[in-house]
Amino acid sequence: MIRRFVLWLDDRLETASFASHAMRKAFPDHWSFMLGEISLYSFIALLATGIFLGFLFDASDAHLTYHGSYAPLVGANVSSAYDSTMRISFETQAGLVIRQMHHWSALLFVAAIVTHMARIFFTGAFRNPREINWIVGLTLLLLALGAGLTGYSLPDDLLSGTGLRITASVAMAIPVIGTWLESLFFGGPFPAPQMVERLFFTHVLLLPALIIGLISLHMAILWRQKHTQFPGSGRTELNVVGSPLWPNYALKSLGLGLAIFAVLAILGGFFQINPIWDYGPYSPSEVASPSQPDWYVGWLEGALRLGPPIEFHLFGHTIPASFVPGVLFPLLAFGVLYLWPFIERSITKDDRVHNLLDHPIEVPWRTASGVAIFALFLIVTLAGSDDVQARVIHVAIERLIVVYRVLGIALPIVAWLVTFQLCRELRARAIQREVGEPSVVEFIRSPNGGFEEKQPTDTA
Amino acid sequence: MNAPSRFSWLQRIAALALLVSMLGSVGFAVGYATGVSAQFQGLALAIALGGLAVAVVIWGKFLVRQERVIDLREPTSSSWERNDATHALEAGTEQIGRRHLLSRLLGSAFAVFGIAALFTIRSLGQNPYPQLFRTKWTPGARLVRENGQPIHREDLVADEIVTVFPEGFVGAADSQTVLLRLAPGILQPASDRADWSPSDYVAYSKVCTHAGCPVGLYRSAEHQLLCPCHQSMFDVLDRAKPIAGPATRPLPQLPLRIAADGYLRAQSDFHEPIGPGFWERGA
Ligand code: FES
Repeated sequence: MIRRFVLWLDDRLETASFASHAMRKAFPDHWSFMLGEISLYSFIALLATGIFLGFLFDASDAHLTYHGSYAPLVGANVSSAYDSTMRISFETQAGLVIRQMHHWSALLFVAAIVTHMARIFFTGAFRNPREINWIVGLTLLLLALGAGLTGYSLPDDLLSGTGLRITASVAMAIPVIGTWLESLFFGGPFPAPQMVERLFFTHVLLLPALIIGLISLHMAILWRQKHTQFPGSGRTELNVVGSPLWPNYALKSLGLGLAIFAVLAILGGFFQINPIWDYGPYSPSEVASPSQPDWYVGWLEGALRLGPPIEFHLFGHTIPASFVPGVLFPLLAFGVLYLWPFIERSITKDDRVHNLLDHPIEVPWRTASGVAIFALFLIVTLAGSDDVQARVIHVAIERLIVVYRVLGIALPIVAWLVTFQLCRELRARAIQREVGEPSVVEFIRSPNGGFEEKQPTDTA
Repeated sequence: MNAPSRFSWLQRIAALALLVSMLGSVGFAVGYATGVSAQFQGLALAIALGGLAVAVVIWGKFLVRQERVIDLREPTSSSWERNDATHALEAGTEQIGRRHLLSRLLGSAFAVFGIAALFTIRSLGQNPYPQLFRTKWTPGARLVRENGQPIHREDLVADEIVTVFPEGFVGAADSQTVLLRLAPGILQPASDRADWSPSDYVAYSKVCTHAGCPVGLYRSAEHQLLCPCHQSMFDVLDRAKPIAGPATRPLPQLPLRIAADGYLRAQSDFHEPIGPGFWERGA
């Protein structure tokens, strides 16, 4: 049966030679390699739940009177977008679970991408020859952020509407082209009536198509370059050691995917997310307070709060205060991340091919830089909810902002120094442990019967 | 535990997990048909998927032979091929480039086409400028509440605040305005705005000059308007200048007058663009 299928396919597409290699392809077993898979599976969950929602959602700004089963809002004037989201949540069988799963999947998607990139960063997996895939991956992160933002704004509720209003203002703050950019995306000055339709198109077609394209590219490059691996017994720059794709890896990975779907189902069933009925429909003269966006936009929100109230003037033109924190800061942050492989190369002057990963303690300055970047993002994200914190701990918000401004500069520096020192000491200890042991030369038997000397772990 | 019994033990767990999974699926289907809570549906789905996950992972980790394979990384292209590729590309490019005039024309034709194509972008949005520089307020427009009711001189007491719109434009985002009535005498208007605030009524644009949120909170003790988005504060007694937070500009003030019939009206539109700043706004 299988044989007939293989032959049938090979007669037509000549797949046998590829498949014979592919089935035996090695997949390293380290746990950190699952992070990328988690992103992939949460994206699959997004597609599956999104198809369901896409058929039921009505991306229209046409207003009507709410008559659904959620009593407190009956009689309210809402948009069709809001109304259909309410219908999905209250009147559609399994609608609420699937809608909430979709939202949780989005949060997980971004979180998994970020941790996956952290793994890549701290182990130096972005180095030659993998710079291209680092750039593709970072672009995927940006697209995921865009998909999250557009999706979460679709229901036309008060919370997301406020977020869109801020987004539009930040777009307008861009010099020269800002007002046009805002008008071109939203269809006119905010709030333009076409907004929901445009967001919908962007969210269900434009961004998913780009994401699918880039995921394919990402994985094609991964397939071609083969995995990186941590140094260890039998693992060299010239091989990859791991489980074969078929059946071991495929089963384990499928199991991981199913487990993620199960977790998302629990989250979707039990943990309420984005309760638009609590926020109410969007109205430009109201605001949901305190308005907390999804976690992955918190850093932009925080940056806007920390930015100094300084407006610039250039040849009789205005550069509003939100330009620096809202546009320049994200551009710089992502610029540094995009260029990181090349920045590092220009510092280390190391252009060799690296298929073996660094342990984070082995390269103190890189690890320290990564931790510093995380520290900065942490502070800026925390500042995004400073009003809530001020209320909880009874501190004047102005003070809290000063604290965050200081921390935003000081913590990355401190984090850098501490991490650097820590890595150096850990590294020194690790070297000592290794040097202390009697040196034994190990031989590894290669598959074709020869022997090769075990590569010493790279501690230089 | 010896190997065979361990395997049969694991196999039993996997089988059990698959049975549980089927139960979950059936539960989901039954729940769907009878209409149950989201919690039940989520749980049933999780059991269905989780059971599958357990079985598949056990299978992959224990019930198939654990193998280690070693892939060798061979360089995929030889230096000869690399040279060849370079030459092919160079030779082809050189052939195109040799026809100087034509190749330059080709580049220009593409560029001109690109610029022409750019024009279509213009259709995507309307010209934002006129709308950014004016609102729906016109001289004589009555101030009305969100329910359309006009506001009479006697309607508000001291420290009361309402959101108002120009009559006929309730809900217009750019024209939303906060109307406050202050305690008699505490407002000392600047000379250029001396007649803008009759009977202690004062009106400011409700659109925050930072990023456009509605400035909805009024702290009557300090006479400050507070924007809930990034906590900018505006001093109602002094031209609504920002005194804290990221906003850099005062909220534009709407000049008011009280007509003979006692209703509040606008003297004119705001004298400057409302809301967040932008490039063309002028210094
Ligand atoms: S929008 Fe008002 S402070 Fe930012």
